[in-house]
Amino acid sequence: MIIQLRNPQRTVEMEGPMAVTALLVRLDMPRESVLVIRDGTLVPGDAMLGRDDSIEIRSVISGGAR
Amino acid sequence: MIDVRRHNANFCGEHFLRHCRDQVAKAIRKHQMLQEGDRVLVAVSGGKDSLAVWDILLDLGYEADGLYLGLGIDGYSPESERFARAFAESRGLSLEVVDLPSDYGYDIRSAARASKRVPCSACGLSKRHLFDEAAGRGGYDALATGHNLDDEAAVLFGNVLHWQGEYLGRQQPVLNAGDGFPRKIKPLVRLGEREMAAYCVLSGIDYMVEECPMAVGNKHIGYKEALNSIEERSPGTKHAFYFGFLDRAADLFVPSADDRIAIGACARCGAPTGAEVCAFCHLLERSGGHLPEDAQAVPVKLGRRGPEDL
Repeated sequence: MIIQLRNPQRTVEMEGPMAVTALLVRLDMPRESVLVIRDGTLVPGDAMLGRDDSIEIRSVISGGAR
Repeated sequence: MIDVRRHNANFCGEHFLRHCRDQVAKAIRKHQMLQEGDRVLVAVSGGKDSLAVWDILLDLGYEADGLYLGLGIDGYSPESERFARAFAESRGLSLEVVDLPSDYGYDIRSAARASKRVPCSACGLSKRHLFDEAAGRGGYDALATGHNLDDEAAVLFGNVLHWQGEYLGRQQPVLNAGDGFPRKIKPLVRLGEREMAAYCVLSGIDYMVEECPMAVGNKHIGYKEALNSIEERSPGTKHAFYFGFLDRAADLFVPSADDRIAIGACARCGAPTGAEVCAFCHLLERSGGHLPEDAQAVPVKLGRRGPEDL
């Protein structure tokens, strides 16, 4: 599967299928800090990602002066 | 479907959006942020939180206009302005745009360098001054910002680590108007950062995902990462930390009447300040900036904030 990451923008490829939670552990990303998006919709933590899926893992942490 | 672990709940899209609106309505009601018919100015950055809070306030029936502040940050400001404008135009909303380089003759990078502040400090000072000024000039009842639970918990964490008593005394979801300052409200304090990003995705709100290049690696983000690491193991920690502080400790840090400084008007711009010249005008001077040509120093109404206003 193809994974698009943001902040900074980059793309990585990983073997599927894999559960969302397992993928985030592999990438060392806390679930609380990201959204997983497939085809414009949110993917829950227990969902399976297919080998041909293209997904975005979007960081939700913003900082600086607010 | 989205999981919100601190509520031990999974929501479908429709119920999640309702959950967000309900949490904002509850925050407004519980903290007496707004009255029916109030006009609100929303501080808009083009990011998820400010666009979401604008969207929800409108949904709840409030009259809300936006103010976008262009910070002059290459590769970031033009893009974030585009998101703010697109949101406003798609909904037929009123958005005022103030641009630091063209209207005030400086940008955040030069201001940080000239004033020897970190960029986020120069940015925060500029935002506070210009949003306050715009809220007063426009006669708005309140100034709304997109601070969410994660923001407030991270700021609280930093202030506790360094025992910043003065800042702890001001860390409230609402600061009432007084001394020439507008009422400031944070309607998203009951919602986490991940919920706000999810709200935007599910509502079709296109927002600036990329982080400000000047904020990367700053202390505030480090505090958020630390709290998220704890939250991962113990959902609900951020909520308990922040709201526990409000319920049990915040009052301890509110300064007494004797400790409060008298507020007057800045000799240059008329903004409320405890000094002869306000911090923003000092920043302008050091950065080689200037007040807009049509700006007039209008003295603020003098007075002191009461204990309930801090």
